[in-house]
Amino acid sequence: MKQPAWLLRAGLAAAPIIIALLLTGLLVIAVGGNPFQALTEVLRGGFRDVASFAGVVNFWIPLTLAATGLIVTFTAGLWNIGVDGQITMGAIFASAVALSWNLPGPLLVVAQLIAAMIGGAFWGAVCGFLKTRLGVNEIFGGVALNQIASLATLYMISGPWQPPEGGSVRGSPPFPPEALFPVISDEFSVSLVMLIIVVVSLVMIGLALRGTRWGLSLKATGQNARSALLLGVPVNRSALSAFIVCGMLAGMAGAFRTQFAFTSPSIRPLVSGGIGFLAVLVALVVARRISWLPLVTFAFSALLGGSAQLKAVLRLDVALVGVLQGVLVLTVLLFNGLRTRLESRTSDRSGTSATPTPSVSGSEAVHG
Amino acid sequence: MADPLLNTLESIVTNATPLVIAAIGETITERAGIVNLALDGSIVLSAMTGFVAAYSLNTALTGGGMAAASATAIAIPVGVLAAMLVGSLIALLIAFASIELNQDQVAIGFVLTLLGVDLAVFLGTNYARIPGPQALPIVFPVLSQIPVAGDIFFKQSGFTYLSYALIFGAWYYLFQTRRGLALRAVGERPEAAFARGVSVNRLRYLYAGLGGSLVGLAGAAYSLNIKAGWTTPPNMQGDGWIALAIVIFGGWHPFRVVLGAYLFAGLRALASVIQRTPGIEINIMVLNAVPWVLMIVTLLLVSSGAIERSLLLLPRGAQKWARNILRSDPPAALGTRFDPERGS
Repeated sequence: MKQPAWLLRAGLAAAPIIIALLLTGLLVIAVGGNPFQALTEVLRGGFRDVASFAGVVNFWIPLTLAATGLIVTFTAGLWNIGVDGQITMGAIFASAVALSWNLPGPLLVVAQLIAAMIGGAFWGAVCGFLKTRLGVNEIFGGVALNQIASLATLYMISGPWQPPEGGSVRGSPPFPPEALFPVISDEFSVSLVMLIIVVVSLVMIGLALRGTRWGLSLKATGQNARSALLLGVPVNRSALSAFIVCGMLAGMAGAFRTQFAFTSPSIRPLVSGGIGFLAVLVALVVARRISWLPLVTFAFSALLGGSAQLKAVLRLDVALVGVLQGVLVLTVLLFNGLRTRLESRTSDRSGTSATPTPSVSGSEAVHG
Repeated sequence: MADPLLNTLESIVTNATPLVIAAIGETITERAGIVNLALDGSIVLSAMTGFVAAYSLNTALTGGGMAAASATAIAIPVGVLAAMLVGSLIALLIAFASIELNQDQVAIGFVLTLLGVDLAVFLGTNYARIPGPQALPIVFPVLSQIPVAGDIFFKQSGFTYLSYALIFGAWYYLFQTRRGLALRAVGERPEAAFARGVSVNRLRYLYAGLGGSLVGLAGAAYSLNIKAGWTTPPNMQGDGWIALAIVIFGGWHPFRVVLGAYLFAGLRALASVIQRTPGIEINIMVLNAVPWVLMIVTLLLVSSGAIERSLLLLPRGAQKWARNILRSDPPAALGTRFDPERGS
């Protein structure tokens, strides 16, 4: 008997989530925990009260910014794994402004954001330059630049920005009050300005990719760099511009992290908090359907927001949330493949994967 | 052996060992057309697994009254096998996702590399910073008597001796056997290999699994030898990416890959020697950035064609021979999928 198509489709959509939960649950059992308790703690953790929900939103803002930037580079067929370093560089530039410039409040906030965009764009441009002009694959360039950016953070903290009490690499001194982003209320400490920036960035990038010359040239570059070049698309320039735009958005995410990631606004080691890598996972799941992006980033942020509860209540390592997110993305990708395989049974056409497939070898891709 | 230079050279060989093993493993996998981008996560997860397996068995055996030395002699090989199993499972998952489900190898590899690290941290949390079994150096009979070279190469652990065997084994297998020819054909021109009756995807599974098991072995070489034990955050994290870059630097040829690994370990050692030299003050962060700058520079050397151009300095007779070794094109079908039903 033939199953109704919608049932199969709904099953295929829900299956990855169920399987990811089951697999992660087995792991929790393996270390002697209670998976149901772990799940409820994580899910409740981000929604216990106004303050914990603010925590979720404060993950959502930088994650969405970085993931939006990654949609741009993915459209251009680029594996911008260096996004994490672009966040870090944005944080460093913003901190430089916050710690040393004397400006009245609102101006200092704007200056930090602009500096962060410049820092992120600069680090993105380095990766893009290595890729387009010098033929260094962006995956490896990005991985190396990520590491160099975090070491630059440590360097600044241990040297020029050492707090007056000295000696430690724990972090810079707290930013002066004028440098702080205004928040909605003490309890719901979320920056309205940043929320607006996120929404505007999402809409603008969505529209630009769909309806502008720039968006089209990125798409052409991403789908087939060689024929795009023959058709007169400036392949290298559009790839570089994708890195720069992504870097600007990631840079703002970095400025945001300095303000809201720690107990007091400052720059500390691991300021990106791995948000960049998480954003790559989001971009893989979303696969260019930008309207899904804010929902997926919200789900991931809710998990992150609840992760503190794991340690506090169940004494489980917070890496569990990373495991759940990783397994989830893996099962989603595998089920995407399964679905196209089932569909191509009837149409006899091998489907192309939804994810971009830039070359791994570096030297031949996107080369003018 | 009081000579500090000999000491340094010996430690370079020791520290290069996991890089050599992992890069040879990845070379085999990529030669067959599969990119295992999950090297970093694989190494971390297999290091954790290898240590926990060896530690648990060791504790059980000594608790049962066995002598410490013989318990370690059993526990370490078992830990190594567990690590190799983990490495090959990850590589097989990438091959499966590509071959059966038409998913991008880079995407799956990237997800798995992040997942591997998180899994290792989560599952290994109770085993962090506890002393466990460690593979000790074995003085190799006869060969260790060779002046200088004996001290550098033949007072090493079993992992290093295994890596020597792998270097020559991989070269011989790839370039001197029929099976090696089929392996390379599957990565270069799968459709031609298929037309000649080679079952492309079966070989790809085989060599993904084999290469992955070597990546796992590299993980064990960290946690059971050179960085014995387990820490959070994992202290070998990042080296997997370096091994991947070394494969590119090595032009997918075992000898050059090994040269790259030793060169890399050597430059790292040099940087720390400079740092310890009195009178020279280098910030520790700058020093830690050295491997990553090196990674970019080595890839630059490959892509700029500087290596190829340097051939012109050689005498004409040697050029052809050297060009063969120094070729740096990736396998033509690397990262692509082969569909036997369509023959392409």
